[in-house]
Amino acid sequence: MLWDAFPSALDLARFQFAFTVTFHFLFPAFTIGLASYLAVLEGLWLWTKREIYLDIFRYWLKVFAVNFAMGVVSGIVLSYQFGTNWSVFADRTGPVLGPLLGYEVLTAFFLEAGFLGVMLFGLERVGRRLHFTATVLVAIGTLISGFWILSANSWMQTPTGHSIGPDGRFLPEDWWAIIFNPSFPFRYLHTITGAFLTTAMIVGAVGAFHVLRNGANARARIMFSMAMWMAAAVAPAQAVFGDLQGLWALHYQPQKVAAMEGHWETYRGAPLILFGMPDMEREETRLALQIPHLGSLILRHEWDGEILGLKAFPRDARPTNVPLVFWSFRIMVAVGLLMIALGLVSLWLRWRGTLYRREWFLRWAVAMGPSGLIAVTFGWITTETGRQPFTVYGLMRTAESVSPIAAPAVLTSLAMFVVVYFVVFGAGIWYLFRLFRHPPEAHESGPPRGEPIRTAGITPAPSVDPRAVPAAAQSAAPGE
Amino acid sequence: MSAETIATVWALLIATAVFLYVCLDGFDLGVGILFPWIHGREDRDISVNTTAPVWDGNETWLVLGGAGLFAVFPLAYATIMPALYMPIIIMLLALIFRGVAFEMRFRTETLKQTMWWDRSFSGGSYVATFAQGIALGALVQGIEVEERAYAGGWWDWLSPFSVLTGVALLAGYGLLGACWLVWKTEGELQDQVRALARRLGVLTLLFIAAVSLIMPFLQPGFRARWFDFPLILLALPVPVLVVFLAWRMFRALEESGHAARARTEPVPPRQVLWRDGLPFLCALGLFFLSYTGLGISMWPMMVPPEITIWDAAAPRSTQLFMLVGAAVLIPIILAYTGYVYWLFRGKVQAGQGYH
Ligand code: HDD
Ligand code: HEM
Ligand code: HEM
Repeated sequence: MLWDAFPSALDLARFQFAFTVTFHFLFPAFTIGLASYLAVLEGLWLWTKREIYLDIFRYWLKVFAVNFAMGVVSGIVLSYQFGTNWSVFADRTGPVLGPLLGYEVLTAFFLEAGFLGVMLFGLERVGRRLHFTATVLVAIGTLISGFWILSANSWMQTPTGHSIGPDGRFLPEDWWAIIFNPSFPFRYLHTITGAFLTTAMIVGAVGAFHVLRNGANARARIMFSMAMWMAAAVAPAQAVFGDLQGLWALHYQPQKVAAMEGHWETYRGAPLILFGMPDMEREETRLALQIPHLGSLILRHEWDGEILGLKAFPRDARPTNVPLVFWSFRIMVAVGLLMIALGLVSLWLRWRGTLYRREWFLRWAVAMGPSGLIAVTFGWITTETGRQPFTVYGLMRTAESVSPIAAPAVLTSLAMFVVVYFVVFGAGIWYLFRLFRHPPEAHESGPPRGEPIRTAGITPAPSVDPRAVPAAAQSAAPGE
Repeated sequence: MSAETIATVWALLIATAVFLYVCLDGFDLGVGILFPWIHGREDRDISVNTTAPVWDGNETWLVLGGAGLFAVFPLAYATIMPALYMPIIIMLLALIFRGVAFEMRFRTETLKQTMWWDRSFSGGSYVATFAQGIALGALVQGIEVEERAYAGGWWDWLSPFSVLTGVALLAGYGLLGACWLVWKTEGELQDQVRALARRLGVLTLLFIAAVSLIMPFLQPGFRARWFDFPLILLALPVPVLVVFLAWRMFRALEESGHAARARTEPVPPRQVLWRDGLPFLCALGLFFLSYTGLGISMWPMMVPPEITIWDAAAPRSTQLFMLVGAAVLIPIILAYTGYVYWLFRGKVQAGQGYH
């Protein structure tokens, strides 16, 4: 029957949520790091009075504006999707999760949105000091935003501080325990440093690309160098926070860790499985390439520590897609190790004084451009699919969270999301690449707008081309 | 405070947030609605630049509406959203087209690309507004709920009445947008939007009349509320006020036109507010009256015909926890939002500012 092959409303809703939230997170992962980077650049400019920092600031401000707009509109979708597609979840968890999102709006979104206008438009209108304040406030806003949303997500992973009412609703008992639930602190650190690395990889790649094209471009060299310092300092910290987060997960969500590790049996002195094929039918990991005892050493920090395997849990409480958890985790860790290597090599080359001259290294840095986005995405897939089959871990199943909406309706909306996201965000990302291709210049002003017309020889006078902005206004405006 | 009182306070707060959203995003969606009548590249740039520094803040009130409902009236959130599934999702998608176009139409390299982003901006504004109007109409008409869950079909939102409210909102936001542009622009562009404001003003009044006449017959509860004796005293002044404000608005438009013709040099922002800003304030007043009218009809229903504010309310501890934050933060937000509007006061000129 055709209808049997048709995915259920539940699966469609899950796919729709996964698709929209994964797309959304690509933008904030870059925004969070870039906002702080812009604040640092503007601060350096005000402090050292060197125009070069202002040029780099303006270069990335244009990127920031485009990226931020995409983050905002994709985020608004999410804040409504809890209701449209997960209404039972919304009704039951609203008393606990609602205020966390509410506080995110009140403390972060308004702050970002309010001062973004000043940051993009106002250098000559408001003066340097106030403009810098606006930049810093936007950066702080992004960090606060991550705080609340990650607290909400972490509560779903490790729910504490609530009771359950007779009607099945979660009732808040202790707000402190809800906000600072056990998995939150390290998840916050790991995600924010992940966002910083994501930005460092993109900035580093753009810098390296322009150093390769013109080794004398001082602005490209500075951005490349700053990004490499970031990688060297933060990538190792990222691994440490990740490890600490894994330890918490082992305590609170042992079956998730078992899926990440590909362990079916319970061991004392568990091996570390590097690669293999987790097989959910046969309940084993085939073709496993493993190092004895290392698993226990990493997770328990002792040689003979006990690690529960998946078989220790009833089938209906195990992650529903073990291979996905297993492989996503490996992709993230592999990318993390590559970043650490990049950072270490950059230190070595810097010490030798050849950081800007080793072509293979510059090419490597260019190739690493999207690596942060890849790592955060697969990190989230590990976390979220590892939590399945629950939305609130151990307490509320995904299957009982979904809205009473028929499959064809969900399929229609899903198809619309996919088309619109690829068209609109595809175009947006294409413009970002156009911006990246443009080398950072002295008196960095406008985007490459109008330029192709000029190189084609049709030099438009301001009176002819209404889009041309008077040169004075152009160099004065920070946005352009 | 008892749980009932807090829930009442919250209902008023959420209603205020939604009203602020309607006013603020109303005018910037309105600018998109007027785009088909604003032709020159430069005029379009100016129109977009009047709202570019503030649109994101305006839209944040929509996020607050969603998150606030989720937090303090989860049952309302969990029944309204599935009931209005398609209009809400279409609205969200339209807002994507529009929000991204704000940035993108200034980033393009050819006129053709700009044209596409202009379409995305204007089309997004139309669809988002229409979907919001439909959602409003469908909510007022009532939502079928059984055992804390939406129990209707996925086309229930579509009815002649909801289409009427959809079109009405297009006219209304268009009016707000036109009056906003009268305030923020000058010269030929201003003359053009002034003429549009007059026509949209007439249309909006017709729609207000039509919706008000139909409303009492949608649900017995509504009728009782409007035609019962003590309330009718409260309700009577509303139409009178509507007529007064409409008259004031048309006169203000007239005066602003005279003043523009007499003007030889730029006016200081403070005078601009009282001359060119008055039509906008009157249009907001019309929105306020219509909104209050709706509120009186619905009170104390949150999801007509059955779920009241108190049924939908989250437990007291949730409402209180949010209320403490809102009491401190909303005044701060209003203060800095006001400050940002003040920073960007005055007329917007070609090539000025941003892009
Ligand atoms: C640039 C990004 C990035 C990089 C390089 C890494 N991670 Fe990560 N990781 C994330 C970005 C991220 C994330 C997006 O921030 C996640 C997803 C959800 C979360 O809580 O953090 C995450 C989740 C996540 C989890 C799941 C925890 C849970 O489900 O509760 C573990 C155990 C690790 N990470 C461990 C690591 C280790 C050992 C890494 C070492 C190389 C590493 N991550 C690199
Ligand atoms: C931003 C980064 C995030 C990513 C990339 C992400 C990814 C995912 C993925 C891949 C799924 C599907 C899991 C499956 O189908 O097996 C999912 C489900 C879900 N996630 Fe997340 N998530 C993120 C953040 C969040 C946050 C912050 C929350 C809550 C506040 C959240 C709540 C949910 C819910 C409610 C579901 C639907 C139910 C389910 O299928 O688990 N997610 N997410
Ligand atoms: C299901 C989960 C999520 C929801 C419902 C959500 C909701 C939103 C909304 C509504 C916006 C737009 C705000 C505005 O109007 O200005 C937004 C932007 C943002 N979100 Fe998300 N978000 C989610 C996941 C995340 C996660 C996991 C993070 C970070 C760790 C995050 C960080 C941000 C940041 C920094 C912004 C502002 C900057 C930008 O738009 O790029 N979000 N989000």
